[in-house]
Amino acid sequence: MSFNDILVMRQEIVLLVIIVLMIIMEIAIPQNKKAGIVHLSIFLFGLHTVIGFFVIDDKSLFGGMYRTTEMIHFFKNILNIGVFIILLQSAQWVKNNLISEHRGTEYFTLLFSSLLGMYFMLSAGDFLMFYLGLELSTLPVAALAAFEVSQRKSSEAGIKLILSAALASGITLFGISLLYATSSSIYFETVSENILNNNLTILGFILFFAGLSFKISLVPFHFWTADVYEGAPIGIASYLSVISKGAAVFILMVLLFTVLKPLMQVWDKLIYVIAIATMFTGNLFALRQQNMKRFLAFSSIAQAGFILLGLLIGNQLGAATVIYFVLIYIFSNLAAFGVVQAISTQTGKESMTDYEGLYRTNPNLSLVMMLALFSLAGIPPVAGFFGKFFLFTAAASEGYYMLVFIGVVNVTISLYYYLLVVRAMFLRKNENPIPFFKNDLYMRLGLLITVAGILVLGIYSPLYEYIYELSNLIN
Amino acid sequence: MDILSLFIVIPLLTISALLFCKNLQQSRIVAMIGSFIQLGMSINLIFSYFNERLVNSDIMVFTRDIVWFKPFNIHYNIGVDGISVALLALTSIVVLAGVFISWKIKDLPKEFFISLIVLSIGVYGFFISIDLFTMFVFFEIAVIPMYLLIGIWGSGPKEFSAMKLTLMLMGASAVLLVGILGIYFNSGADGGPLTFNILEIAKVNIPFEAQKLFFPLTFIGFAVIGALFPFHTWSPDGHASAPTAVSMLHAGVLMKLGGYGVFRVAMFLLPEGALHWSWFFIILSAIGVIYGAFAAIKQTDLKYINAYSSVSHLGMVLFALLMMNATAWNGAILQSLSHGFMTALFFALIGMIYERTHTRDITKLGGLLKVIPFISVIYVIAGLASLGLPGFSGFVAEMNIFVGAFSHEEMLYRITTIIAVSAIVVTAVYVLRVVGIMLMGPVKNQTFLTLPKVTWYEMTGIFLLLIPIIAIGVAPLWISNMIIESLQPFLHGVL
Repeated sequence: MSFNDILVMRQEIVLLVIIVLMIIMEIAIPQNKKAGIVHLSIFLFGLHTVIGFFVIDDKSLFGGMYRTTEMIHFFKNILNIGVFIILLQSAQWVKNNLISEHRGTEYFTLLFSSLLGMYFMLSAGDFLMFYLGLELSTLPVAALAAFEVSQRKSSEAGIKLILSAALASGITLFGISLLYATSSSIYFETVSENILNNNLTILGFILFFAGLSFKISLVPFHFWTADVYEGAPIGIASYLSVISKGAAVFILMVLLFTVLKPLMQVWDKLIYVIAIATMFTGNLFALRQQNMKRFLAFSSIAQAGFILLGLLIGNQLGAATVIYFVLIYIFSNLAAFGVVQAISTQTGKESMTDYEGLYRTNPNLSLVMMLALFSLAGIPPVAGFFGKFFLFTAAASEGYYMLVFIGVVNVTISLYYYLLVVRAMFLRKNENPIPFFKNDLYMRLGLLITVAGILVLGIYSPLYEYIYELSNLIN
Repeated sequence: MDILSLFIVIPLLTISALLFCKNLQQSRIVAMIGSFIQLGMSINLIFSYFNERLVNSDIMVFTRDIVWFKPFNIHYNIGVDGISVALLALTSIVVLAGVFISWKIKDLPKEFFISLIVLSIGVYGFFISIDLFTMFVFFEIAVIPMYLLIGIWGSGPKEFSAMKLTLMLMGASAVLLVGILGIYFNSGADGGPLTFNILEIAKVNIPFEAQKLFFPLTFIGFAVIGALFPFHTWSPDGHASAPTAVSMLHAGVLMKLGGYGVFRVAMFLLPEGALHWSWFFIILSAIGVIYGAFAAIKQTDLKYINAYSSVSHLGMVLFALLMMNATAWNGAILQSLSHGFMTALFFALIGMIYERTHTRDITKLGGLLKVIPFISVIYVIAGLASLGLPGFSGFVAEMNIFVGAFSHEEMLYRITTIIAVSAIVVTAVYVLRVVGIMLMGPVKNQTFLTLPKVTWYEMTGIFLLLIPIIAIGVAPLWISNMIIESLQPFLHGVL
């Protein structure tokens, strides 16, 4: 193995170096200067994000365990941008709550470790590497969810997440072993050649699918979502809802469209049913939520249901629309979570009634929130509209008009609850509104990036064309 | 920059200028200048359209075609024919009048004018689009500002009305989306590439089965915003709660999107589906015409009267469109224009009356002709135009509609026509009833004796709307020629 081969793993290596550096810094930096950790980690990760955009050749290493392609590299870059925004948005919270307790470094180290796990999961060339990545990506997040140790809800979130994640990964592993039993290989390439359409394989596939559904929080594996989001720190909730979910969607898509393609007539029916159940469950439960974090939790369940519309058709068009939608979803959801984060950090308020009259005191935050919600709801000219329209187009291209119809009914339902927040912010007046406050520079930058994304990603068509070309590689 | 893209760019510039405004004085001046330029542009467009027609016989002129999303074959494709030119002129006049009527808006003036102009971008864009995707984008852009406009600046049960209106219209556009996708995926039926281009799709023979399935979806998707019975219920609530300028824009312009969309998309692209389903929707729209007129008789709130009258008048537009002949279609477009000006004028006058008397209940008003004679006289004129008196635009429109409709030979069409015609009598009843109770008779409330006179900006708004009503009524030929010329491609589709 030459030095050039090692460089193919650049993303992982750079991130690993950052993690090690963080641990060294924890020892090296004196106690009274620990606040510098925040700036340092944001700087280093920003650098890593930029470096990530340099091209990496398609290559397979370690006898096919690790592989990277232009598409996988693109996935990692998307995740990098998302994590970078989360870092910016949670900087103030880390400074206020963690630095004084000397836990700032832990926060960043764990977050980066989880991201590293996702890299390996995405780059996996066999089921073993995939499983290791899955575990590495889940365990640190459970610790992070329980990070506000003084609060019972946070501990509850941590326990809930670790228990359900352990169960899910056990089920996944069982599924993988059944697939191994029938195809006598764990390498993706060999599995796809040997896979047979028999009952044992289908059982293995369903168990495997269940494990990943847990990460994407598809119905009926969604029960942990709202409680964990509510209890976890907001930065971690947004990490779970965009990065964790995004990575799981990407790898699920790659596996479905390549390795498990021979089973398509099995999984398309499965996804059809789950898509309908997920959309309705997420949307109907979101209608009555008062806590903003629970609200966004159910909204993100519903969004996952829409993603399935693109997965269903299993071709280039489906892949392109799914990637495009997830990219837009990351920006929209992070904008919404960012505003919730800003308000919660400054005032501790998280209920929808607290948002009443927000526009009169904090117009900019309200506008960001409104754009984010419009994008989630799918209203032009913001990006979310294009993402959803293309997903529907993908589903309709294979004649799933009924599913598209159910989808658009759900869009209308979702519009109702997104407008409830707009109503609170713009229409209602409040005796005791959230007072005007100024965000720190990081938060403003974080929100600015998301807003720019929401406004530009949809209208700027070359991006979609690039993703479409990229998805060609999946066949 | 081509002449049509300016209809999108100028409002965008106006919005950017508005962002820097600090108070009411600045915002309204900026909004007024922006809308004034729009009006100038649309008048210019009418003249250049006539000049262009002399040398150019394409279906659409001033076209521009830019590829947007290549994998889907989505284009930013714009162009106009006589129908869209007329409706663009209507829009620019009503928007400018709306800005004048909102001259003294109190709460958050900057945001009000921005929302108003965002809405107008949606409408302009909708009327100039040739690409179905672009058209759909603009359609939704036109609807969503209504939520804020009614919710923030409205009156009465505004939160309820705003939510009801938005959800019903967005729900309709969701149904429309399925219809549009259905058309898109059948646009390659003749072996060509899939396309969203309306003119290209019109040449394709879409299979009858698909037409039968997607025509009702597309039709209902558009017709909800055109107040098709029984999906009209958002309209009275929405109008009643909306602030004056928004009611004007909404009834005057936004509801025209329905008729235009039905004509341009549903009927033009799916003609066999239209013939197959026309009996069903003709019955619905005839019910709408009658039902709206009778409902208006029983109302006591001025805005509700006008809202139901809109349901009735716009039901007539859908009714005429489904009659499948050029005379009726011409009448339908004229009715759209006429109703646009007339109802905007009505809502403007109602706003003025409400501002002075603080009530819209006609039983509490009386003898206004003695106290605010100018407004009252204009109200009478608008009322006479509404009931179709010769000399005003309403007469020309309704005459065309009923002549066209009755020339259809089938019994069902004739019977429904007779039923719809009888609505004219009912219209006279509810218009004259308001005139009698509200304007004539003794002054009921002594405080009304000192009502302020009409101001210059109100007068400007009134005349902007009144002049076209009379112009179309007295000299309908030039505009009707412009429309009939543009109906030819539609006739080819149907016959």
